[in-house]
Amino acid sequence: METTLQEKKIFDTLKKYGNNKSRLIDILHELKNELAENKKAVRKILSEKLEISAAELDEVISFYHFFLFGKGKYNIYLNTSITAELKDRDKVKKAFERYCETPFNSVTQDGLIGLYDTSCIGMNDQEPAAIINGKIFTNLTPYRVKELVQGIKSNKPVEELMYENSGDGNNSHPDVNSMVYNNIRRKSIILNKDYPVYSFLKKGIKEMTPEEVINKIESSNLRGRGGAGFPTGLKWRFGCRVPSNHRVIICNADEGEPGTFKDRVLLTEYPELVFEGMAAAAYATGSDIGILYLRYEYLYLLKFLNKKLIEMQASNLLGNNIEGIKGFNFNIRIQMGAGAYVCGEESALIESLEGKRGEPRDKPPFPVEKGYLGYPTIVNNVETLATAVKILHFGPDWYSGFGTGDSLGTKLLSISGDCKLPGIYEVEWGIRLGEVLEMCGAEDVQAVQVGGPSGMLIGMKDLNNLNSIELMKWYKPSGMMVAEKFFDRKLSYSDLPTGGSIIIFNNSRDLLKEVVLNFMSFFIEESCGACSTCRNLPYIMKNKLQKILNGNGVKKDIEDLLSWGKILKASRCGLGQAAGNPILSSIFNFRYLYEKHIQSLVEFNSEFEIEKAVTAYSKFVHRKPVLYHLQ
Amino acid sequence: MEKEIKIWIDGTEITTSKNKTILEAAKENNIYIPTLCYFVNTEPKANCRICTIMINNRMLTACTTPVADGMEIQNNTEELTDLRKSIIELLFVSGNHFCPTCEKSGNCELQALAYKYKMLVPRFPYEFPHKQMIGKGSKILKDQNRCIACKRCIKTIKDKKGRRYFATKYRGYKLEIVPDEEMIKTISEETAQQAMDNCPVGSIIKKEIGFNMPIGTRKFDKTPIGK
Repeated sequence: METTLQEKKIFDTLKKYGNNKSRLIDILHELKNELAENKKAVRKILSEKLEISAAELDEVISFYHFFLFGKGKYNIYLNTSITAELKDRDKVKKAFERYCETPFNSVTQDGLIGLYDTSCIGMNDQEPAAIINGKIFTNLTPYRVKELVQGIKSNKPVEELMYENSGDGNNSHPDVNSMVYNNIRRKSIILNKDYPVYSFLKKGIKEMTPEEVINKIESSNLRGRGGAGFPTGLKWRFGCRVPSNHRVIICNADEGEPGTFKDRVLLTEYPELVFEGMAAAAYATGSDIGILYLRYEYLYLLKFLNKKLIEMQASNLLGNNIEGIKGFNFNIRIQMGAGAYVCGEESALIESLEGKRGEPRDKPPFPVEKGYLGYPTIVNNVETLATAVKILHFGPDWYSGFGTGDSLGTKLLSISGDCKLPGIYEVEWGIRLGEVLEMCGAEDVQAVQVGGPSGMLIGMKDLNNLNSIELMKWYKPSGMMVAEKFFDRKLSYSDLPTGGSIIIFNNSRDLLKEVVLNFMSFFIEESCGACSTCRNLPYIMKNKLQKILNGNGVKKDIEDLLSWGKILKASRCGLGQAAGNPILSSIFNFRYLYEKHIQSLVEFNSEFEIEKAVTAYSKFVHRKPVLYHLQ
Repeated sequence: MEKEIKIWIDGTEITTSKNKTILEAAKENNIYIPTLCYFVNTEPKANCRICTIMINNRMLTACTTPVADGMEIQNNTEELTDLRKSIIELLFVSGNHFCPTCEKSGNCELQALAYKYKMLVPRFPYEFPHKQMIGKGSKILKDQNRCIACKRCIKTIKDKKGRRYFATKYRGYKLEIVPDEEMIKTISEETAQQAMDNCPVGSIIKKEIGFNMPIGTRKFDKTPIGK
């Protein structure tokens, strides 16, 4: 009887998505419980119906963190990001292991609780945080863990484990019902609620041709806010060049760079602005398909956002002939991700949208020529789209009044780490880093990571070194880790570009042991594995760093790391190319930390220790070998 | 007739036509660019990165980048040769490649490239990872020790319905190329042979024909790769 019920659900789900392989991610999300219960049978039906081999199905399942794991009735995903580590994640982890009586990355014997590590979940300002069955639990302590596990063991629904309505703003909206805090600390032109929602769609748009919309965005010099800084107007213009029956606007809400959480706040408090931005982009480019790619970590926002979309459809702000403009047909659906940092790369995101592994594509062709299902596709960041609406409403001249030089307007910073007031700060481009630090109450600062792990560490000492300058030409980071001497540098595309992640480390932190190792593990975990370089090398480099930290390093090891880092530049995407940056940039700027650990008088150290190598033998034969050469 | 365009590879002028990749244009003109994951008549995926060339100081892969008029391509520079050699070394240390006992020795492209780039001891430490052999009850053996994840088998070995015999599993350094458990049990002689032939290394081996062709008489024993 039960199997028939299960089968019915599988067939219904497949039918709902028209047996369409390109909706595999949705199908797998819906059949998650069935797959966990009876993997083989479900796989068999799915592969038959979708006409793929079972191995092909596993190919997708095994790529995504949240498909691969989650075998318990309650699944606890504890964030591994560096800010969690700084806030005693280790104690919380041990508490979970103690109370659940199972180590991490396993399921309890009764199948009730699964414990898993997971990459940054976008809660850096309220760490340590975990996701339990889709709900976010922030500011965890060992005591709170005990409470949670007790609740779970008495089979309480996950909602009852939360403190009721404890989040601020829309977080306490019944459709969100989350204990997350927005922590908006500073508002400026984007975050100011001085704009009646949908004004542009309802009014301004009718006075403008699509061409004029693009012109306005171009003349505002708006650049992509995800980190790369590609001119948005130009992207829109490219998006209408190739003839096609359909065009696609994708909003990239796969905010995965550790330390960034601004998109989460925008989607919680300003969803109208984001969706309106998508519609404006659709009008400008003649697009009819709209997709918001939402990272799975933000699942708790799905219901809330979907309701917004339904409201928009009901008032003809989405749908056919929007606002009476003939031929302006555009709709938006939300696609959930499934846990893969690399899907933030636009072509990987498109692959994932098509129901495949999120492996980046080779360019050309660029998505604006050939993207989602082969249609010209524009992928914009959440913040970019929200900003575009304000520009269209208040005008590019107004917008150009803010910011500096090549970086106009404002930027949302996600600030976390060692400071008094972590949270979201909207600042004008051109602000000094030192001022940012004062703003958030950071003291005794040793280093700042600007732009997340794919950024870079920069310091005075080594920039004067010719060898480093020579090497610098290899590295074009999206951000950097900055040493104190550089706190006068300015946040801008020409000086310190950033997607908004600012992580602060004070002088009590061990940059190499705590920070760099954490970042390297992140890249190793999140590599898609397609390129031979990014698949293998970060792992080897991390081992080499570990060798140095173990006290077995020699000067040659530092030189090796520098020259090996170059090889990663042959990787396809930004992740692969940046995967060595934590090590490379820390060598550039904090080389003395490495030199402190190495054996300066030794030229070669293979890390081989004979006593250690023969311990098992010695134990077995009850005697120690005579090591003549050591006498 | 397609429009003729001119490109330069290491200063040599080549006349070719649009819609070709750099690799194809080079091949037609007998200029060697090394490849591993590339397989003729299939969509290039640039997984191995060994065909990396440079244009305007930017690294691109020759197998995926289309030619454009006036392109100046660097191919045989010291820098790129070292990069290619390092990729070969990387593949050697991340698997367990022991040529003397490998059925593919002499027919192996990885081995041939290692000779070409004069690899002696890899610059990276050997990892000696623990890997599996898969293929119980099948005509083929998939030896993960030797797999370089080029994905040629994924692209080329399919059944009549277009379902793939091989697929990727996991990601990052845990990534593996695995056969479909059920499908390889019924793989035909012909497909098994094709899978083995398309594999650039000794990761897919057809059983019961080992060493039919004596070592010393194999493909790269006679002519080194790239000659």
